[in-house]
Amino acid sequence: MNPPVGQRKLRLATTSLAGCFGCHMSLLDIDERLFELLDRVDLDRSPLTDIKRCGPCDIGLIEGGICNAENVHVLREFRQQCKVLIALGACAVNGGLPAQRNHLDLGQCLQEVYRTGPGIVGGQVPNDPELPLPLNQVHPVHEIVRIDYFIPGCPPSGDAIWKFLTDLLDGRTPRLGHPLLHFD
Amino acid sequence: MATAAFPLETATTDSGSLRRVALDPLSRVEGHGKVTLLLDDAGQVQQARLHIVEFRGFEKFIQGRPYWEVPVMVQRLCGICPVSHHLAAAKALDHIVGADDLPPTAEKLRRLMHAGQILQSHALHFFHLSSPDLLFGFASDAARRNIVGIAAAHPEIARQGVLLRRFGQEIIRLTAGRRVHGTGAVPGGVNRALSRAERAQLLAEIDQVIAWSRQAVQLVKRLHAADPELYDEFGTSRSNLLSIVGAGGVLDFYDGRLRARDADGRLLADAVHVRNYAELISEEVKPWSYMKFPFLTAIGPQEGWYKVGPLARMQNCDAIATPLAEAERREFIAHGGGRVIHAPLAYHWARMIEMLHAAEAIKDLLHDDDLSGSELRSSGARHHEGIGVIEAPRGTLIHHYRVGDDDLVTMCNLIVSTTHNNQPMNEAVRRVAQRHLNGHELTEGLLNHIEVAIRCFDPCLSCATHALGKMPLQLELQDASGRVIGRQGSAPADLSSAAGST
Ligand code: SF4
Repeated sequence: MNPPVGQRKLRLATTSLAGCFGCHMSLLDIDERLFELLDRVDLDRSPLTDIKRCGPCDIGLIEGGICNAENVHVLREFRQQCKVLIALGACAVNGGLPAQRNHLDLGQCLQEVYRTGPGIVGGQVPNDPELPLPLNQVHPVHEIVRIDYFIPGCPPSGDAIWKFLTDLLDGRTPRLGHPLLHFD
Repeated sequence: MATAAFPLETATTDSGSLRRVALDPLSRVEGHGKVTLLLDDAGQVQQARLHIVEFRGFEKFIQGRPYWEVPVMVQRLCGICPVSHHLAAAKALDHIVGADDLPPTAEKLRRLMHAGQILQSHALHFFHLSSPDLLFGFASDAARRNIVGIAAAHPEIARQGVLLRRFGQEIIRLTAGRRVHGTGAVPGGVNRALSRAERAQLLAEIDQVIAWSRQAVQLVKRLHAADPELYDEFGTSRSNLLSIVGAGGVLDFYDGRLRARDADGRLLADAVHVRNYAELISEEVKPWSYMKFPFLTAIGPQEGWYKVGPLARMQNCDAIATPLAEAERREFIAHGGGRVIHAPLAYHWARMIEMLHAAEAIKDLLHDDDLSGSELRSSGARHHEGIGVIEAPRGTLIHHYRVGDDDLVTMCNLIVSTTHNNQPMNEAVRRVAQRHLNGHELTEGLLNHIEVAIRCFDPCLSCATHALGKMPLQLELQDASGRVIGRQGSAPADLSSAAGST
């Protein structure tokens, strides 16, 4: 199915920041509708493609919150390149479970995990310049850049993501009714 | 004990004079990682490393939580194999609540849930992520090297991959309540059985699923047969093997005892109770990755590293309990001609045999009336410590907890599948860099060879980032020559400058 003549295919980019990939799994949980989606959009940067830098896109989906400087960098790249930017899932919306670390004494934890924990040889805290600088707190994505839409859920269901994207692609204001926002 | 150093792990020439090439982020893998290469003027690779660049922090914030929350919390480590974390935690907590023998209904429902997990994860990994390299070629057009390209060129393969994954996800939904991050397993058992109607619904599809799984095995065998040299040599390095093995030596994803073999297949350890895992395994920390490097303690870090996952399991077990997969296992072993197969690309072959076994096991379970039983939980004398081990899609997964009298978790130690494969993946990267990249102009297609090697292991870099940390109070950023170029960072005041510096 090709888009109507004169109408270009939209471009979609997705990324996972400090998330667990569960939101991306939910995106794949649209099952066979994936092929319908891929008929209507071209994928840009995404864990499913080999594009490593986001180009100009119409829609960007962000999974996960912000836990290090690299996350900030990628999020800014997405904001610059995507016309519509969407926080997908609890981690992007409010930090999610990884934000549980925000109330801990983290210096001590780092020592425990990498130096004094059970069964460790050569204990040391990783500090190579190739490792991005971690942030003291895990942040929701809207604290760093402007976000156009928020989709709650951990993860949002495949049906919710499908409804949202097809609304957007069809030019409707995306609306998730109560059944799609009902959890557990 | 001396720490291990491997050829090409650290450049011997002054790294300041070398050219850095980074593959960042890694594509078509789950999670957050990158590879860096340092090359000299002649284009020879002097250093190659796979870095895990993120950490999140589960082991610490699990502490202080009531134990019954744990199976639901820890699966957020990884959305690709949440069921494995869910069940490894539940198994550890079974012991805490004194439920070492689950009612048959509970154990079989958990086994079904886990078989669904293996099936969907293996399908995802092979069809959605890896098949483009194998079907189009490692250096084929990057724009086409993805599931969209597969759907265009091989629509039937793409469709079967999507529907195999869908079936596994439906098994999970019906046993765990949701496709991702369900709640089906609880300490001591499960919280719902499968109705007869649900079983019938799944049984209606299972023969098709088995048929497609068989086709997937044939597809991988054809790929191996078409270019045996590439498939046997690519990124290959010898190592020990580790997995759990079920009663009677059969392949078992859900339960068993630890077994390790050396690179020639000789037993190093067998029937080790999972509660003694800490005696078998130690972990080394390297400054350039947040993922630790496990090894067999008795052998040491230099020689004691090992592979886990499909390739290790296929050669560690003595048999597979379902007939179609067992026939394929024998053919696989015969391919080795009496030697252990260490080729990373053979992971895909073993993975598809496992997918077939999962499909057959699902069929057997669905015919079992125990699945619709009513006795779902058990309990007994309380313990303060529990260890659960399971074979996740990517390999052995260890969860270890201590719980106080007040029901709150006081200690949590996790060794996830991908962490076990840390050294094997780094070695595969270095072999490929030496063999395929040295002296060549580094085109996109050549660099993809490195990622092809990593994808064989199906790394879930997502759960490899679980260790909690924070930057040290005095963190310095150095360039390759050791010059300090960065400083301590903190948030949120530092957010803008942190972003500017990367
Ligand atoms: S919202 Fe839930 S499913 Fe999505 S990335 Fe976060 S933990 Fe994973």
